[in-house]
Amino acid sequence: MSEAKDQAGAPDELTPKDLSETRFARFRKKKDMPGGLWLKCESCSAMIFRKELEERGRVCPTCEFHFTLPGKERIGMVLDEGSWVELFPEITSQDRLEFKDSSPYLEKVGKAVKRTGQNEALLCGTGKIQGRELVLIVLDFSFLGGSMGEVVGEKIALGVEVAIKRKLPVVMFTGSGGARMHEGVLSLMQMAKTCAALAELNDAGGFSICVMTHPTTGGVTASFASVCDITLAEPGALIGFAGPRVIATTLKQELPAGFQRAEFLLEKGQLDRIVKRHELRPMLSRLLDYASGPKAEPLAPGAAKSISFAR
Amino acid sequence: MATTERPQARTDASSLAFERPIRELEAKLAELEALALRTRLDISSEIEALRKQHRAAIESKYKDLSAWETVNVARHAERPVALDYIQTTLDDFVELCGDKYFADDQAIVCGLATMGERRFLLVAHRKGKTTKERIACNFGCAHPEGYRKALRKMKLAEKLGLPIVALINTPGAYPGIGAEERGQAAAIAENILAMMSIRTPIVCLVIGEGGSGGALGIGVGDRVLMMEYSYYSVISPEGCAAILWKDGERSPDAAEALKLTSRDLVKLGLIDGVVPEPLGGAHRAPTVAMDEVRRTILRELEALDGVPLDQLLAARRKKFRQMGVVPGRFPSA
Repeated sequence: MSEAKDQAGAPDELTPKDLSETRFARFRKKKDMPGGLWLKCESCSAMIFRKELEERGRVCPTCEFHFTLPGKERIGMVLDEGSWVELFPEITSQDRLEFKDSSPYLEKVGKAVKRTGQNEALLCGTGKIQGRELVLIVLDFSFLGGSMGEVVGEKIALGVEVAIKRKLPVVMFTGSGGARMHEGVLSLMQMAKTCAALAELNDAGGFSICVMTHPTTGGVTASFASVCDITLAEPGALIGFAGPRVIATTLKQELPAGFQRAEFLLEKGQLDRIVKRHELRPMLSRLLDYASGPKAEPLAPGAAKSISFAR
Repeated sequence: MATTERPQARTDASSLAFERPIRELEAKLAELEALALRTRLDISSEIEALRKQHRAAIESKYKDLSAWETVNVARHAERPVALDYIQTTLDDFVELCGDKYFADDQAIVCGLATMGERRFLLVAHRKGKTTKERIACNFGCAHPEGYRKALRKMKLAEKLGLPIVALINTPGAYPGIGAEERGQAAAIAENILAMMSIRTPIVCLVIGEGGSGGALGIGVGDRVLMMEYSYYSVISPEGCAAILWKDGERSPDAAEALKLTSRDLVKLGLIDGVVPEPLGGAHRAPTVAMDEVRRTILRELEALDGVPLDQLLAARRKKFRQMGVVPGRFPSA
């Protein structure tokens, strides 16, 4: 399993020199975009005006590379304006193992809290997409690499329980290096906890969609992210269980181009669809409609049909 | 039984030899119409006469198509295929991919579909039209991952309370090494078994080729219908001729013997109805044929709407349990 570890939050399997496809290499020890007006696209190397990138939802104007999106920006892009009601923001991590590597675990958490302005890597709440109410769960890669510890697992379970109680669909976004090793086997068991909650949701007839974003790996891919009713991914997202470096080291060979990318996964039957960031809102809203039952509003005369094939 | 021949586009000019006189009339008619347009000569009476002749030729030919001719109409290159139905009869469609095990099999397409005021899951064999498309979807011959994808999406439909519409059009499940390694037979069997228990209405329609187990793998439903010139068979006529006659040239005889036309299946009590096709087959007037299919699907979904699910499942199982049962023929348990 790939585990997130260093202070900056990038999982250590995913440093640029380790990625087989240098074109896609986009992880740095410093995962925040460098300051200044301009920055270089990590996929196509084009110089991008920082403000333009932000206005485009962090999608490269040249190569359409989907940069990792901070959780709060994601919520802003997906939900109807003003509809977000955050749930359980107060829960914080504990250092139950008294874990220390280069610095104590809680010190790292403290830094992440300060930098992101949120208590944990998981944001959970309710909101609306084109008027359709839902529970939204966002695993934010910018907080300790989106690693899953007790709090992340708990908030996912709580969010799903809210969905069961209020009969709402659940939409999740994942970006994660995997389990949070500072919490040891407690973090491993969040895989089981989140699936326990989803099993309850399924028994209650609930509906769930997971959108895997760059990167989604390790214990997150091997638990709740992979067992929703519909699995979507953003283009180019790295999705897998073991990180590419672990696999390359084990096999002692170079990995094929495109390995573990969303497009590769679609071909291998692991995804329902790949959806571009700017098309996510209408796509989610259509999927939520289908979950609302077999009766539809007939198409208005002259209105355009929408027929969407996956490739 | 699986088909044994290679999947290939088997509709060529010679296999539709019986249509040649009709085609010739069509060519002449087109020529006259173009002439009329170009020269403004008044040849409307000639055109009218030719039209009548053309219509009569089609009527007399299609009134009494042989089984082998029906097979060739079912395989006609211009006959509407799943993608045509999706683009023409649906108002909204979101394709969903993947079996979550091995691959996304393009020989079967699945997706959430809206037709008028009905939402459902569409599951369909996919045959391409261009050579490139045909290769991409393996000429409509699915691998186990195709059947497993269909099953996954059908379970989703069940969960969401959406009915299922299956459009069947396959020469047969793919006979290959990989398909066997990954359990082709078991994948089909799992689907047949699961479809007996899926708690949502299922409407199946054979739109072209109903090739054996490959067809039945998405072919268990509360209503199983065939288009007039489709066929449904335990083996392809070619395969049957090769095995029993030891002569592929005897395919027409095999087709006749297999009793594979929609009329035959109605007589044998194996299907619930036939969707009439326009004069001269769906390939001659695709839009008319597809409109009829749309009306049929909407009508069938409406008829199944609101039937208590326990009752629906009991009737579905009973229907398949009763196949081949004639009073007095078998003892009762």
